[in-house]
Amino acid sequence: MGFDQYHEPPGELSPATRTFARLCASLTEEAEAIGWYEQRISVETNPEALAVMRDAQGEEFKHFSMDLEFLLSRTPPWREVAQGILFQSGDIVEHGEEAEEETFEGGGSGPAGGYEGGSLGIGTLKGVWR
Amino acid sequence: MNHLLRSHAPISDAVWSLLDEEARERLTPALAARKLVDFSGPLGWEHSATNLGRTSPLASGPCEGVAGLQRRVLPLVEVRADFELSRSELRDADRGADDVDLEALDKAAHQIAVAENVAVFHGWHGAMTGIGEASPHEPTPLGDATDAYPRHVAGAVDRLLSSGVTGPYGLALGREQYRRVVETAEHGGYPLLDHLRKIVEGPIVWAPGLEGAVVLSLRGGDFVFECGQDLSIGYASHNSEVVQLYLEESFSFHVATPEAAVALKA
Repeated sequence: MGFDQYHEPPGELSPATRTFARLCASLTEEAEAIGWYEQRISVETNPEALAVMRDAQGEEFKHFSMDLEFLLSRTPPWREVAQGILFQSGDIVEHGEEAEEETFEGGGSGPAGGYEGGSLGIGTLKGVWR
Repeated sequence: MNHLLRSHAPISDAVWSLLDEEARERLTPALAARKLVDFSGPLGWEHSATNLGRTSPLASGPCEGVAGLQRRVLPLVEVRADFELSRSELRDADRGADDVDLEALDKAAHQIAVAENVAVFHGWHGAMTGIGEASPHEPTPLGDATDAYPRHVAGAVDRLLSSGVTGPYGLALGREQYRRVVETAEHGGYPLLDHLRKIVEGPIVWAPGLEGAVVLSLRGGDFVFECGQDLSIGYASHNSEVVQLYLEESFSFHVATPEAAVALKA
């Protein structure tokens, strides 16, 4: 695959942004794998093969979740939107609209700021050398 | 609206963006601790304490036949740096002025970054233990002579390795020590900064507020900065001339592996 997870020249990206891009690519791959296993499981009839594939799909659930947590921890506005949607009962679309509004109140640059509750969104700087 | 009360301020959306960007630009170079320790969060303004997984005994149970323990936690601290901006200057910013006087914001940003660095590297009495005071390694005097810096830093790395602490390592330098390092070239013109970077195999960070230097492992899991509310600008009050704002954050800092750092005294 070379370096095609980067959309911009890697040399112009900070180490933190390169890591972020790698985890985004990994998240995509894990989601694809979950979908592939779902299809295979739906057509497989051999019980032993099914057990193996269910176990493998469980691994992908874990990998996807770890990738997601890493990305959310470094992206406060994404985290806040996700907190408003994930593990909530009720209408998903409604929660999504509400979470977006609460996070980006005022269009992202208004009084509430573009980040969580007016935060500057600095977070970790590990990997920033200067 | 949350407790920062930003929508109560007589400040346009465009100027809020300007202030937030200015604060980020000023804070990022100075937030040395965040470049070296693990960062957890932000967990929100409501988050009040870090779980330590420890308990304290209680003298008695609530009733006969039942024993009890009390959980120990590390409370988060709130830090706040107030500043005041001229409303006239902010109106000029709305008109498109590109030389708005934001000196008070810049100063507050530097102060709160220094506070964070001091708390992490030196500790904050009654609130948290810093990296230097937690370290069991005897602090080595760094001295004024920069030609001895590589020896002291290499010695610190050796002590970490001897304690079973693997790298890569990072080096935080106080303002004076950093200045000396960047202005020094060793025999043959080799920059001292590059020499030190090769020794630690990691970043060398400008750390205003730190007195001396700290060499620490970057392998992860040794030093945890837990953030409640990340750095934010809030609104306090205003009159016809000025608007009172503040920079604020809440956090705790916990050293999980004291031997994973060596302090070098100024």
